[in-house]
Amino acid sequence: MARALINVPSKAKRGDVVEIKTLMSHPMETGFRTGSDGALVPRNIISRFACTYNGEVVFSAELFPAISANPFISFTTVATESGTLVFSWTDDKGQTQVQTAAITVE
Amino acid sequence: MGGRASAFLLVGFAALGLGLASLSAQTADAPPSDRKSGFDYMGPDSQAMQKDDLSNPGMLGVLDGEAMWNAPAGTTQKSCAACHGDARESMKGVAAKYPLLDEATKTPIDLVGRIDQCRVDRQQAAALPREGRESLALTAFVGLQSRGMPLAPPDDARLTPFRKAGEALYTRRMGQLNFSCAQCHDDNAGGHLGSAPIPQAHPTGYPIYRLEWQSLGSLQRRLRNCMVGTRAEPFAYGSPEFINLELYLNWRARGMEVETPGVRP
Repeated sequence: MARALINVPSKAKRGDVVEIKTLMSHPMETGFRTGSDGALVPRNIISRFACTYNGEVVFSAELFPAISANPFISFTTVATESGTLVFSWTDDKGQTQVQTAAITVE
Repeated sequence: MGGRASAFLLVGFAALGLGLASLSAQTADAPPSDRKSGFDYMGPDSQAMQKDDLSNPGMLGVLDGEAMWNAPAGTTQKSCAACHGDARESMKGVAAKYPLLDEATKTPIDLVGRIDQCRVDRQQAAALPREGRESLALTAFVGLQSRGMPLAPPDDARLTPFRKAGEALYTRRMGQLNFSCAQCHDDNAGGHLGSAPIPQAHPTGYPIYRLEWQSLGSLQRRLRNCMVGTRAEPFAYGSPEFINLELYLNWRARGMEVETPGVRP
């Protein structure tokens, strides 16, 4: 299983802008490189990242081959109510990795 | 990528060649206050990346290593933790001492070699290929337990001949460009090779997450990188030459703080 590091403040005040940082372990193979046998290594990148906050999408991104391995994605959202942030990364192989984080809003 | 990098190095070395025409034999240890880690040569962004465990990509390897530490392996189905317990206690300061003298063979052994020895002899599992993802992950996890502690190479007289051999390699000219490590990293440390700063070559953060590699890599990978740059034929991974060189480099950097897993550009 791929590893992810997620940094969400555990507590926030209602209405605060909170910064969320995610680091996902992924080779992000561009599809332009050749292996030791001279054949192209098939492309395998995370093509979509999304974050939902209590079911509502607050951030999503499409990724392309120029993005480095282990992509680091940082964004902000407004802390509205306590709940769960669900992060999902989908790659070219169709595999989706899902991670969750809780936030308490006071 | 490789072609561009070597062209860049060639230009850099040609420019340096003028400055380095007189070979100085100055390889004396810098006093600890003058020593600078590669960390000090980085920009603030890369420094911040290393300092924050949730943005340091080397920590992804550490997480893998932690899982391996606790996972049963080999025919004995014993995990590392089954014998060594909690790595936070048992592995504290361990990586800062390596390479050590292996009592059985009376030759120095590095941390990767010791992990493999443990796997083969005690877990009865296959050795992890050097520079593979798993080997780097486990080394990074063990290395992390020494973070913040001083590099403490053992003052073992039996290691002295090996360390001297490492020092001889450090000062020996090699490759078509005919450079020794010392010519850049002692005589011209703090200067630039092209646009890249030349650090003092203290191995404080290995295995490092190098942004250029987009992965973790060992000290030996870094050394091979430098050797290819001078157009020397690199030593093999795990060769006695590299272990001697690592002995000398750790001795040279003794007392400096371990940063594992370091981030480097």
